[in-house]
Amino acid sequence: MINIFQITKKYESTTALDSVSFQVDDGELFGVIGPDGAGKTTLFRIITSLLLPDSGKVMVNGLDVIKDYREIRKITGYMPGRFSLYQDLTVEENLQFYATVFGTSVKKNYDLIKDIYSHIEPFKNRLAGKLSGGMKQKLALSCALIHRPQLLILDEPTTGVDAVSRKEFWDMLKKIQREGITVLVSTPYMDEALLCERVVFMEKAKILAMDSPQGLIKAYSRDLVSVSADDMHRLVVDLRKYPDVNSALLFGHEVHYTSRSGRINKDELINYLQKERHNNIKFRKIKPGIEDRFLELIS
Amino acid sequence: MKTTLFIIQKEFIQIFRNKTMLPLIFLVPIFQMFILVYTATQEMKHINMYVVDKDLSQTSRQLISNFEGSPFYYLTGFSFSINEAEEQMKNDEADVILHIPSGFEQKLKRDKKSDIQLLINAINGMKAGLVNAYSMNIISQFNQNIIGDLVVIGGNTQKRLDIRSHYWFNPELDFKIYMLPGILVLLVTIMGMFLSAISMVREKELGTIEQINVTPIGKVQFLTGKLLPFWIIALAELAFGLTLGTIFFHIPIEGSLLLLFGFSSVFLIVVIGIGLFFSTITNTQQQIMFLFFFFNIVFILMSGLFTPVESMPSWAQKVNYINPLAYFMRVIRMILLKGSGLQDVLKEIYALSVYAVIILSLAAWRYRKTT
Repeated sequence: MINIFQITKKYESTTALDSVSFQVDDGELFGVIGPDGAGKTTLFRIITSLLLPDSGKVMVNGLDVIKDYREIRKITGYMPGRFSLYQDLTVEENLQFYATVFGTSVKKNYDLIKDIYSHIEPFKNRLAGKLSGGMKQKLALSCALIHRPQLLILDEPTTGVDAVSRKEFWDMLKKIQREGITVLVSTPYMDEALLCERVVFMEKAKILAMDSPQGLIKAYSRDLVSVSADDMHRLVVDLRKYPDVNSALLFGHEVHYTSRSGRINKDELINYLQKERHNNIKFRKIKPGIEDRFLELIS
Repeated sequence: MKTTLFIIQKEFIQIFRNKTMLPLIFLVPIFQMFILVYTATQEMKHINMYVVDKDLSQTSRQLISNFEGSPFYYLTGFSFSINEAEEQMKNDEADVILHIPSGFEQKLKRDKKSDIQLLINAINGMKAGLVNAYSMNIISQFNQNIIGDLVVIGGNTQKRLDIRSHYWFNPELDFKIYMLPGILVLLVTIMGMFLSAISMVREKELGTIEQINVTPIGKVQFLTGKLLPFWIIALAELAFGLTLGTIFFHIPIEGSLLLLFGFSSVFLIVVIGIGLFFSTITNTQQQIMFLFFFFNIVFILMSGLFTPVESMPSWAQKVNYINPLAYFMRVIRMILLKGSGLQDVLKEIYALSVYAVIILSLAAWRYRKTT
């Protein structure tokens, strides 16, 4: 569906995208994961033909984003990170406006958006600006889908959304995917990466890895242990002083620790910590998560 | 076509839903007319005159009473000292000082001529010119009467030319009739240019343009959808203003209303086109307001609203070729006051049509769906 080949985009002195390449297959739920400022929005604006790359080539469904942008706009639905519908039009007016603009009608594609739109239909005469965050998002998604696009692109749709709505939203994306629509979504949340079929990790304008979430986790090669003790703060400091330390990062009430050699000798480590007078030391081997892999990649 | 209609419909919903904008659209013309028409007048209705009469004769008193008899003059003070009079002028309490030297009457009788002095505050040159003209008028009238009196004694009737002026198209020299069409031009310009451009820039500020740009809407469709609603509103505004003008100010409508509205249609495409073009080169409402402020002050002052274009330097008259307001300012007065027909304004119609094509092409060229 999407073929990105070595695109580069610079804004004056900063590089937003540095020779980025990847492919998204038809019907895939594909995630672009990365922290703020990694270049995700720039990438999406290029794919939606809102921005021209400095170099490189992007094909969407076999169409060039620069030459055939008109065709691409007909088959793409885009939901920008910022709510961009008319706040002074009602829910229904917004939906109808976008349906007409795409040369279709609400009735024709109602079955596609029914699950999403039915949540906000009771408020169809309310101004879009007066909706709550979760409802705005559902309206934006409805408007992006109203012309039954082949490709749906969502720029950080769950940023600033509560945990329950986030889960609900991902369920909706899964449903959309089942309708045969390719979904490209970006997010700064690592846990959401697990919900995608394939993801790319982006950091500082570059792609660090591309695989399925499971594949990414499997690529994590080191031993990973979780350590905890009474004085967590001192524990982190002491672990970082340990000669073989690779990383010691605080994850809630535990420290995830990895060694430079990759292997961890449990007894030696506990001895060291006891010598540093730590009490109540807990030590267990854990399975790496996707976040661990990302942190490994950027370190 | 259907898309364009929907954009127009959307714009109208947004305009009529805006609780501050809608009343403004109808209040602005009322305010502008009732305030500007009365205040932007060049008639002098209240001239403060200070008199220094050192003669105190019958003739001097007669001259003063001639001034007093005029509805425009108010005698604010009287003294024998010219210094005191000048003090009054410095305090801005006197616009003009009438100085009659001693021996005025005697000299007049003996030499058949005599001098008086008129000192006019000329800080505002236009006002000073008017005061001078009015005063001269009164003095020359007085002159003729006095000559008559004196000459009759000599038994010699003097022959002289009797000049009577007729003012065409505005016989009573009513300044309101001159100003009002100009105010109408101002009104529709502001409505058309500001509303369309601000609605466009607002889409940029709120980010809604981003969502529009990923749709298959063509830029011509989108620009048309932004142009037409404000074109309709501005034409309605003109009709509203004209109605107010006829009811409250009795402005004459000598020419064809159809021609006036036809011309306005072309004019409005130009000003809205300028507004849209400006909106493509700015990103915030603040920027565009500043740009408008700058251009409109220049356009308005050069258009001939207050001062005749003919008295501007020739370079300024050339600049007026690109000032759409100057064309409309001239034409609306021609049609309303003089009853000019299509033939008389054909040149202006051609000029504005070319202008419209150029500015719309510029706006379409500058409006990018991709950055």
